[in-house]
Amino acid sequence: MAFISSGYDPKQPMKDRITDIGPKHYQEFLPPVLKNNYGKWLYHEILEPGVLMHKAESGDEVYTVRVGSPRLMGVQTIREICEIADKHCGGHVRWTTRNNVEFMVDSKDKVAPLKEDLLSRKHTGGSFKFPIGGTGAGMTNIIHTQGWVHCHTAASDASGTVKAVMDDMFEEFTQMRLPAQLRVSMACCVNMCGAVHCSDIGFVGYHRKPPIIDHKTLDNICEIPLAVSACPTAAIRPTKVDMPDGTKVNSVAIKNERCMFCGNCYTMCPALPLSDGQGGDGLIIMVGGKVSNRISNPKFSKVVVDFVPNEPPRWPTLVKKVRQIVEAYSKGAHKYERLGEWAERIGWERFFEVCDLEFTWHLIDDFRDPAYETWRQTTNFKF
Amino acid sequence: MAKHKTPLLDELEKGPWPSFVSDIKREAESRAKNEKGVEYQIPVDVCDDLLGVLELSYNDGETHWKHGGIVGVFGYGGGVIGRYCDQPEMFPGVAHFHTVRVNQPSGLYYSTDFLNKLCDLWEFRGSGLTNMHGSTGDIVWLGTTTPQLEEIFYELTHNLDTDLGGSGSNLRTPACCLGKSRCEFACIDAQDICHDFTNEFQDFLHRPAFPYKFKFKFDGCPNGCVASIARSDLSFIGLWKDNIRIDQKAVKAYIGGEIPPNGGAHAGRDWGKFDIQKEIIALCPTQCMWMEGDTLKINDKECNHCMHCINAMPRALRIGEDTGCAMLLGAKAPILDGAQMGTLVVPFIKCEAPYTEIKDLIEKLFEFWMEEGKNRERVGETMKRVGLYKILQVLEVEVDARVVQEPRTNPYIFWKEEEVTGGWDRKIEDYRSRHKM
Repeated sequence: MAFISSGYDPKQPMKDRITDIGPKHYQEFLPPVLKNNYGKWLYHEILEPGVLMHKAESGDEVYTVRVGSPRLMGVQTIREICEIADKHCGGHVRWTTRNNVEFMVDSKDKVAPLKEDLLSRKHTGGSFKFPIGGTGAGMTNIIHTQGWVHCHTAASDASGTVKAVMDDMFEEFTQMRLPAQLRVSMACCVNMCGAVHCSDIGFVGYHRKPPIIDHKTLDNICEIPLAVSACPTAAIRPTKVDMPDGTKVNSVAIKNERCMFCGNCYTMCPALPLSDGQGGDGLIIMVGGKVSNRISNPKFSKVVVDFVPNEPPRWPTLVKKVRQIVEAYSKGAHKYERLGEWAERIGWERFFEVCDLEFTWHLIDDFRDPAYETWRQTTNFKF
Repeated sequence: MAKHKTPLLDELEKGPWPSFVSDIKREAESRAKNEKGVEYQIPVDVCDDLLGVLELSYNDGETHWKHGGIVGVFGYGGGVIGRYCDQPEMFPGVAHFHTVRVNQPSGLYYSTDFLNKLCDLWEFRGSGLTNMHGSTGDIVWLGTTTPQLEEIFYELTHNLDTDLGGSGSNLRTPACCLGKSRCEFACIDAQDICHDFTNEFQDFLHRPAFPYKFKFKFDGCPNGCVASIARSDLSFIGLWKDNIRIDQKAVKAYIGGEIPPNGGAHAGRDWGKFDIQKEIIALCPTQCMWMEGDTLKINDKECNHCMHCINAMPRALRIGEDTGCAMLLGAKAPILDGAQMGTLVVPFIKCEAPYTEIKDLIEKLFEFWMEEGKNRERVGETMKRVGLYKILQVLEVEVDARVVQEPRTNPYIFWKEEEVTGGWDRKIEDYRSRHKM
């Protein structure tokens, strides 16, 4: 494995340096039919699950076949996507904001061979490489974060939980039989890198034990004032600690009962880890969020299950709870009604009943301003 | 033969959904075989070791990645995120496993030629594993070593004509929906403004100057496919001001059942015959629509452009022609003080290149926030701290009832001296001349 230089010379880093050029221009990548009809689209139809047709003012049509992906993909898979796009789509392909892949063709007769090709490809383990779906009143791909694959604050795995839930929900991806679209999202800690706080269903990894203080290294690797000020509940204060060898070190003390396990201190100070594989870490389930302004305003998701244990590799409790929620929603909601709209219409007290979920102490908000907004100030409730 | 036994992960090869475990194994096998004779610049068994460390996490219920570290390319303060494994002896292939964020093209379209070149580079100098795409929008490359970073950057800029994305307390890589390229609802050219702003604000993208991260996202319409209202510090949402265009013939075709509603999105279940009264008119949040005979009428002045009728009858109804966008400030995920949705600061602004008026507003905002924002405070939190009133003054925009959901319920108004007749300076002698002690 000899080191091969690209031409970069570390002794003269500024020589021939090109910076701040930005991304490639998107126009270079548009399929000709899209380029020719840019800004001149009339309407669309979903011909079948996963297959869209967009009609332009010119009369041109573009057919899109949408397939799911695990987001995490190797270059061998990307090359295979390119091979398919070269064969069927004139060398163009796109991704969606929910990590689906879209193959586009400019006439209807090209759709069937493309679909057949996509569905014929499977991984050696048996899973589809390119399952078709993710459109209309169905479930699209679960957007998610890095989890144990790549993140230092993850309280759960992301790819694994998503794979487990998507396997169980596969039919909702490949069909369009729900009352409205169902957007499901996963974040592996409460940082919520994927901003999953406005999803129909979100599951979020979280910690339940305060940080372990590594007194021995803390003062060497952390700015103590930063760690102190990072805490939103003022649970951390500077202190001096007597070490077993008789030395005194600068460190911090934590008022455990004030900790709400956000992990912000750990982000500022690596000597305050809070991961726990012995029963502390797991997931919460949130529901009822949306970002669309359609019919009702965008909404935040609400916590409806306060703890689901980490159960790798297939997270059966998480999968079961998600299914309970989806089934109750599918049965109870009106056409066009998003999950949160349905929950508000029937009332959250009824939501817990029909989803067979337990309402616990932890579901009453007790965190600052947002809490007050969520308490009931009316006698208009249901028995 | 796999390097590590992964009985737990192997369970995730089962089931119909594309398996990320199979995908990583595929990459591991490809590297081991090396049929093309690639001179890999990072350990050949990087993917095997990633599976190994992940299996360990599945056993332990804990992550094995260490807190980052400062790595990057010369002159940039973002675009690379340091990552190290805490079991380097067991998994030397991922001892150093940094993330590289590559700035994605607007709308996430690619030519296969460009994608293959990206793959060549990443296979040669990295793990070959990617996220397509990261949550912020970038092409994310998972796993390389420090000596490769400058080399990757050199090749990206010299051979692939592309740049790194943002990370840290920077402007994050702007992202947009697919806009006018394939959507009839796009009120703004989301791809164009996204590309334009990425280039305009490159300096903020690559060099940390902010109190914390800052995200622009561009949605072509209120459907919000890129979720800008929930996850961008400054959200742009396309709107129209004039009337919805109606094709009455198509309205009749929907009523007659010749065209399926909602673009056919509900085809998987029998919801009964389309009923325009129930499905469109009664669901209109402002009740601004009605039928006169078989003609659909809309009182557009009362429309709040929620998109439902247009989504449900895309062949009959089209967005208006006087288009622009709304700007909403301060959305973020819960850390630290709870989640925030974008707050409307500019109800409508024209959105056409070169976007000078919008850029002027942004410069005012950045200047204020860099001055007033606390360390690790998102601009939405700064806005909560100083008040919306202050932000609107900083932006020098006209105040408008549209920016609030409702007026204040307390009368504790901070009047300014210049707003009050006669000012605040008063003489006690004058007062005493009217009121004896």
